[in-house]
Amino acid sequence: MMRALTILTVIAALACALSLAVGSVTIPPGDLWQVVLGQGDTLDRTLLIDLRLPRTLSAFAAGGLLAIAGALMQVLLRNPLADPYVLGLSGGAATGALLAMLAGAGMVLVSGAAFAGALFATLLVFGLAHGTGSWTPSRLLLTGVVTAAGWGAAITLMLAITPAHQLPGMLYWLMGDVSYARLPWPSIVVLMLAVIALLPLARSLNVLARGPLQAAALGVSVRPLEWSIYLLASLLTATAVTSVGSIGFVGLIVPHMLRLVLGNDQRVILPASALAGGTLLVLADTLARTVIAPEQLPVGVITALLGVPTFLYLLHRSR
Amino acid sequence: MTILSARELIIDIPGRSNGAKLNLDLAPGQIWGVLGPNGAGKTTLLHTLAGLKAPRCGEVWLDDVELAAIPRREMARKLGLVFQDRQDSFPATVLETALIGRHPWLSVWQSEQAEDIHRAEAALGALDLRELGERLLNTLSGGERQRVAIATLMTQDPAVWLLDEPTNHLDLHHQVQVMRLLSACAHREKGIFMCLHDLNLAARWCSHVLLLYPDGQACWGPTESMLVRDALEGLYDQKLIELNKDDIRLFAPAND
Repeated sequence: MMRALTILTVIAALACALSLAVGSVTIPPGDLWQVVLGQGDTLDRTLLIDLRLPRTLSAFAAGGLLAIAGALMQVLLRNPLADPYVLGLSGGAATGALLAMLAGAGMVLVSGAAFAGALFATLLVFGLAHGTGSWTPSRLLLTGVVTAAGWGAAITLMLAITPAHQLPGMLYWLMGDVSYARLPWPSIVVLMLAVIALLPLARSLNVLARGPLQAAALGVSVRPLEWSIYLLASLLTATAVTSVGSIGFVGLIVPHMLRLVLGNDQRVILPASALAGGTLLVLADTLARTVIAPEQLPVGVITALLGVPTFLYLLHRSR
Repeated sequence: MTILSARELIIDIPGRSNGAKLNLDLAPGQIWGVLGPNGAGKTTLLHTLAGLKAPRCGEVWLDDVELAAIPRREMARKLGLVFQDRQDSFPATVLETALIGRHPWLSVWQSEQAEDIHRAEAALGALDLRELGERLLNTLSGGERQRVAIATLMTQDPAVWLLDEPTNHLDLHHQVQVMRLLSACAHREKGIFMCLHDLNLAARWCSHVLLLYPDGQACWGPTESMLVRDALEGLYDQKLIELNKDDIRLFAPAND
């Protein structure tokens, strides 16, 4: 267990270093180390600390948040296909963000609207699925899928009536874009708090993965645990979406890949998801801004292009 | 001494009239068998006794405390349940599955210690599963999975064992092995309460029997006085023949 987490930590550190070193100006490892030590020339320092570091940290935090949120949703719904995107959370966030953009709001308001949209989507799915009392995973999943389709329609409608000059910004937001992220600390703090808060719950989540009745028979207070997990996963998604826009596949693929390799002990999977999700998004963002530099690709395209074949390969190998 | 008792209990089955109020006392060393046709409410009774389903009226008491007043974790240390159906949505090994039986005994910050793993391995050994410890659950046969579930309850080690058709999917040898194991546990002061469909297993291993009728009526008592051919024929609506051989009573369906 510790070995897997150590390896993932090393890989995450290497990915961050790579992401800092590569770009319009490539900084050799020696100079990178000088800056870490607080030396090096001022141009390198400005480039690294003011421009690349916030972006790298934002990407890492968002990837970690999305992967943990996916892992939690999958245990909650006992369905490996669940993730915040399937449940319509990102659709709600995107609708909020696009509404704000359409109204001509600035980036801070757009972020706030995205956060509000994600939480509203959560409450909507929860309220509708809870309606007549019974709260089954399949019902929650179906409610999520249907509301996600609704959000999709709302987004298409807004794109159709938006003046042409505003479209590129919106499309980039929808495809996920780390380049706007300038304030990584809230996401980093939320990520660290989430990992710490989840560690004592992880064994209970292992039991919950066996079904709610079995969990109750083994001493788990099922309903309070389910509520806290759902709210926490929504909060993590909202935080991630707010900082980097709508990025798919991280929440679905990272926990799944880790489970195929490490088994399904949440005490390992949750911290491992934070590390691997962060690494994936950092690498994807590095690719996105270097492949056709100086142009930038939306990072969501890269996560999908990296994620889908990896996922299919692992699924194929495990059979 | 009683460890689990039902007082004036009526289980909640939608659309059914109240029927008989159950007053059951399970003492350490006893093995109770619940017999009844499909849909009589055997599983509902078990879930009600485990506090997983509220009764329509009446109470369940565990160690002289009402079940509703006991925190879940504390309850799980005293009372465990083998379910009839199990969900295996995620891959898990046999040993991991047996180890979740230790969940109620560990605090939130603790992880399984050598002693817990030892207990789980001993339970797997008692059910002929020691060799399968690292196998994934979804690669096992139905009977093997049934034995893993019983091993999980054994690892949990509560005072009251509730089992929903524990011999389901088991071959003849393992049926006998499981009944012997339960009987040995009863000798170690556990109280066993299980649903069964096999009259011959009940006749041979159970100390007490509860007959549950589809209309909610019920009667219960020591096995010798309850397992009589007339009552069983009425219970299952099936003609039976009774055989006695070397002090073993056997029931079989009669030719119409």
